[in-house]
Amino acid sequence: MREEILKAKNLQKSFGGLRAIDSLNFAICRGQIKSVIGPNGAGKTTLFNLITGIFPPSEGILEFNGQILNGLKPHLIAQLGISRTFQNLQLFGNMTVLENVMVGRHSQTSAGLLSTGLRLSRMQKEEKDIKEKALAELTFMGLENRATLEATSLPLGEQKLLEIARALATYPKLLLLDEPAAGLNTRETEKLCHTIRKIQQRGITIILVEHDMSLVMEISDELLVLNYGKKIAEGSPRDIQRDPDVIAAYLGEETGNA
Amino acid sequence: MRDRMRRKDLYSLLLIGLLIVLYPWIVDGNEYFISVLVFLGINSIVTMGLCLLMGYAGQISLGHAAFFGIGAYFSGILTSQYSFHPVVAFFAGIFFSALVAFLVGKPTLRLKGHYMAVATLGFGEIFFIAFNELITLTGGPSGLSGIPSLSFFGQVLEVTAYLYLVWGFVFLLLIFSLNVINSRVGRALRAVHGGELAANAMGVDAAWYKVQVFVLSAVYASIAGSLYAHFITFISPSSFGLMPSIMFLMMVVIGGAGTIWGALLGTAVLTSLPEYLRGLEEFEVLAYGGILMAVLLFMPQGILEGMQKLLKSMRRTRKKNP
Repeated sequence: MREEILKAKNLQKSFGGLRAIDSLNFAICRGQIKSVIGPNGAGKTTLFNLITGIFPPSEGILEFNGQILNGLKPHLIAQLGISRTFQNLQLFGNMTVLENVMVGRHSQTSAGLLSTGLRLSRMQKEEKDIKEKALAELTFMGLENRATLEATSLPLGEQKLLEIARALATYPKLLLLDEPAAGLNTRETEKLCHTIRKIQQRGITIILVEHDMSLVMEISDELLVLNYGKKIAEGSPRDIQRDPDVIAAYLGEETGNA
Repeated sequence: MRDRMRRKDLYSLLLIGLLIVLYPWIVDGNEYFISVLVFLGINSIVTMGLCLLMGYAGQISLGHAAFFGIGAYFSGILTSQYSFHPVVAFFAGIFFSALVAFLVGKPTLRLKGHYMAVATLGFGEIFFIAFNELITLTGGPSGLSGIPSLSFFGQVLEVTAYLYLVWGFVFLLLIFSLNVINSRVGRALRAVHGGELAANAMGVDAAWYKVQVFVLSAVYASIAGSLYAHFITFISPSSFGLMPSIMFLMMVVIGGAGTIWGALLGTAVLTSLPEYLRGLEEFEVLAYGGILMAVLLFMPQGILEGMQKLLKSMRRTRKKNP
């Protein structure tokens, strides 16, 4: 069996009386693409927010690379090698495209207030390195000729790619993509599919939340299906498409087209 | 792009430096005019720090005159009553300001927007009361006099020398600030401003950066306070209350909080404006208020950016109809 990079044991998150995530058990193997699907309100984004530490689980354990994530602050989790994009774009509007990606290098670099203020040579070298690596990620996402533009001036599709570039700049071991195809046209989605594959080839494990079923079915190694915060199925795309529970809860009558 | 911006910074620095050096000759040694520029330098030190806090990190402070006061009173009290060396008093002020900023910043920087404004307002008020009530130390409302002027090898610094001293500090801190801005730390601060959620997700410890920049801005204000105390040799609490705090904030906002140059321009405008308006006598306040309102209405991004936009559109129309 392959090594599990992320494990959730009996994970729970309640908001007041609502159980957004309910006794969830799952694991992701290193290098896989795992998609989390489910109807709106199934708890997909909540799951992302738990993994990235935006709020702590009410119960249960999250383990990443053998380390317990419970109680760690978001920036520390990012430093461990988990990065993400956001369903509602969260680019830094007060910065250029390149600067946005350069922020992604933050967790891998160390210059502090004094050493930057005094322009110590170590810091200058690091700064050059940050710029080069950020440019490399921009090039990887095909945005290199947008570098000096204001981030929020890009069209939506490119903003989404920029968020991925920024997340990649953290050199993550695990990348969480929250609806990367939402709002993209067919051609852009095809390109995105190709890009996600390329990211996987870099050895990065990916969790994908996505509503575009053809993309999900084509790209995923495994699927996790949620409904009302509970796991209703887990397995390969082929198995999931045949699973009667999934068909009933989510895909409805038109599964044949999915 | 960034290299070009860097060069622009450098040219601006050189230009301002040249102006400062020549200024005493430009005004023909007029002590009054020179002292206006000294005050401009002192205010600039405060507003540079405030700009890092507000314009870059996006945090508001309505109590920065308190740090200015801490620097001034530390220098004043320690040198006049306990005959400490001014340099020792200067660093004592910095240390105490940083400590206070750390203790105040830790809980208040978790607040946002108006709550942060009110918290810093309250903090400023506490120190204003302390300056008034610790009469044995501060002299209370009637002020603290007899603060020694600075001297260098037994030679008392006259106003021109003091001008160069103050602006020397302005330049060092300006270069320090620009270095920070164009670095990993500067980007982290702007990321916190742009969106804390995403900043945290990129590994930026937003809370810690906010505390750091708050402490840094307090240190700047304390340095300015020390220089202020030794320059006018008499200080009273009214210079460190709510009004001066708002004044510092206005300087940053009027000039344009988005860049440190904007903050400096705003400081220059608001420090020198009263001098120009003096001729209007009782209408001075009216004109002053009118100008502030006009700037905020027509240039909400501040004078610097407003001017840049104006220039750009003028150039464009000239290209269209040559």
